[in-house]
Amino acid sequence: MQPFRKHTGVVVPLDKVNVDTDQIIPKQFLKRIERTGFGEFLFYDWRFSGDGKKTGDFILNAPRYAKASILVAGKNFGCGSSREHAVWALADYGFRVVIATSFADIFANNSLKNGLLTVRLGEEQVAEITRRSKEIEGYQLTIDLETLRVEDGRGLAAAFAMDEFSRHCLLNGLDDIGLTLQHEAEIAAYEAKHPVRGAMKAILAG
Amino acid sequence: MGETGNMSPRTLFEKVWDAHVVAAPEGQSALLYIDLHLVHEVTSPQAFDGLRVSGRTVRQPLRTVATVDHNIPTTPRGLPIADAIAAKQIEALQKNCQEFGVPLFDMDSAEQGIVHVIGPELGITLPGMTIVCGDSHTSTHGAFGSLAFGIGTSEVEHVLATQCLPQKKPKTMQIHISGKLAEGVTAKDLALGIIGRIGTDGATGYVIEYAGDAVRALSMEARMTLCNMSIEAGARAGLIAPDETTFEYVRGRRFAPEGKDWEEAVAYWRTLASDPGARFDRVIEIDAAALAPFVTWGTNPGMVVAVNARVPELKSFAQEADRRAAEQALAYMGLDPGTPIEAIAVDRVFIGSCTNSRIEDLRAAARVAKGQHVNPKVRAMVVPGSQAIKRAAEQEGLHRIFLDAGFEWRESGCSMCLGMNPDILQPGERCASTSNRNFEGRQGRGGRTHLVSPMMAAAAAIAGHFTDIRDWRFQ
Repeated sequence: MQPFRKHTGVVVPLDKVNVDTDQIIPKQFLKRIERTGFGEFLFYDWRFSGDGKKTGDFILNAPRYAKASILVAGKNFGCGSSREHAVWALADYGFRVVIATSFADIFANNSLKNGLLTVRLGEEQVAEITRRSKEIEGYQLTIDLETLRVEDGRGLAAAFAMDEFSRHCLLNGLDDIGLTLQHEAEIAAYEAKHPVRGAMKAILAG
Repeated sequence: MGETGNMSPRTLFEKVWDAHVVAAPEGQSALLYIDLHLVHEVTSPQAFDGLRVSGRTVRQPLRTVATVDHNIPTTPRGLPIADAIAAKQIEALQKNCQEFGVPLFDMDSAEQGIVHVIGPELGITLPGMTIVCGDSHTSTHGAFGSLAFGIGTSEVEHVLATQCLPQKKPKTMQIHISGKLAEGVTAKDLALGIIGRIGTDGATGYVIEYAGDAVRALSMEARMTLCNMSIEAGARAGLIAPDETTFEYVRGRRFAPEGKDWEEAVAYWRTLASDPGARFDRVIEIDAAALAPFVTWGTNPGMVVAVNARVPELKSFAQEADRRAAEQALAYMGLDPGTPIEAIAVDRVFIGSCTNSRIEDLRAAARVAKGQHVNPKVRAMVVPGSQAIKRAAEQEGLHRIFLDAGFEWRESGCSMCLGMNPDILQPGERCASTSNRNFEGRQGRGGRTHLVSPMMAAAAAIAGHFTDIRDWRFQ
């Protein structure tokens, strides 16, 4: 996983609540068996009309946000389906950070596994970042995971929280399967105490 | 493992959690053992690839069960899959299951079905388990008093490799439902009523336990419907303590324990109720008798009103963001504020999905459809949740009732719930659907989804518009 320490980039305001993963990556693009190449389908039904042409009114299509790498949205971002393809699409498109007042649990977990930072800020802060990113051309934020701070160099500064273990994994780009396997002895001991039941074994026999 | 000793009162969730903690390293998430890992074709190929890249194996193939459901056609099984990319994904699952020794209920299997339908129906899902699947509606299995939750593909790989998952302990919420549901008001309406009240993020960060007289009175099918929709309120999982209804459902199923194993299992399962005095982080009280059949009007399951109500006025939303979301939702749905729900005509009806495709759902819909005919302007389809349900329904003659009434009777799968297969809405088409999500484009780009119960869906198919099932003249 790509480590995350500090990132500065252009902010694009989505200005929507309850953005679900069906919007982030519509189902017709879930049939691929690779992890890559989802970026071009990000927010597909909002970015493109039925005939595949770019829509005029969706904010990601505005040239001034073409290089955006920080997305800011309202509450409950990433709700709905567990599809990790949503995170792959955001990351593949070039996003490193999503800022929102709250995130759906599975989306937040999936982000963590892919080095996409989810930053929770208060309603007023999100509203202010949204306002500034609309008003100021090329508006940028710096997100520092070591100090847990968001700053725009224009007087806006905010702290955010993240549990220490998740932060540690993100900062170091850790493979958490490797971490779990460090507990091999405990897993084996648990399995010895809780064997696969007789009936479950019958599944293989058909 | 916390099964003995002098402990403070614990909730059902805490008991299942405690029994599965493998390790609790200082400063890290607890490592939870996973009893059962359900796998399907859409969220697993990248996970198996990850195993290959890192030279890992599936640690417990016997605790892993796979099926194909999300993208398969619901046309007769003998036909080839027209969608080459979907076919490739199904082939990838077949290949992966073979390579890693994972049991697969394939396309042509008599046990194939929606992953959340076949687990319980085969007796693979049992009380007190930890169950995960790369699908958010894994919460369905909580109906058995299991801790069951959806995970992403990286976590699928993690469980394949280690049979464990590091997890932050969620908060607990009890939804206490007293009283009795009125005739025509179902578990689906209960779920929609709860989400309408607490919102689609009302339970984010929580595990819900459903309790109270109204929950005890529910069948297992109804409990699965209720727990299935927990994720639509943002919950990590939704559980119901196992009881006689649960044991009766599980007893004798193909992979359920037998003989002495069964007696021991039931004795343990009886201990899984929340202790008197156990503390929840949040408690919500619901009066079942006050609920009506519900219909969603917007683009998330929290945008819902009773069938005899009207599409809300925009000024009724206190928060500016919610008002704007409602305005956008109504524009997408092609509805005006103040429209009576019963005046909304439908083009399509879908009866199916992991929420409402079980035998009891089909019986309820068939009861409405019996002796009637689908409105000529409506195309209606019934998609059983599994091959076993399809066979059972055919034995009972339900398929005859549906076919005679003009419904399509199809093969099992997820179908139009998410429209990954050819079963989709055309732009602008309006659908009464027994599924779980009315998101923009969920059932097809530009499609307009209204979530309802199976009875309400069948009634809409016949009337051509939403209608209050409580006034239905059954034939």
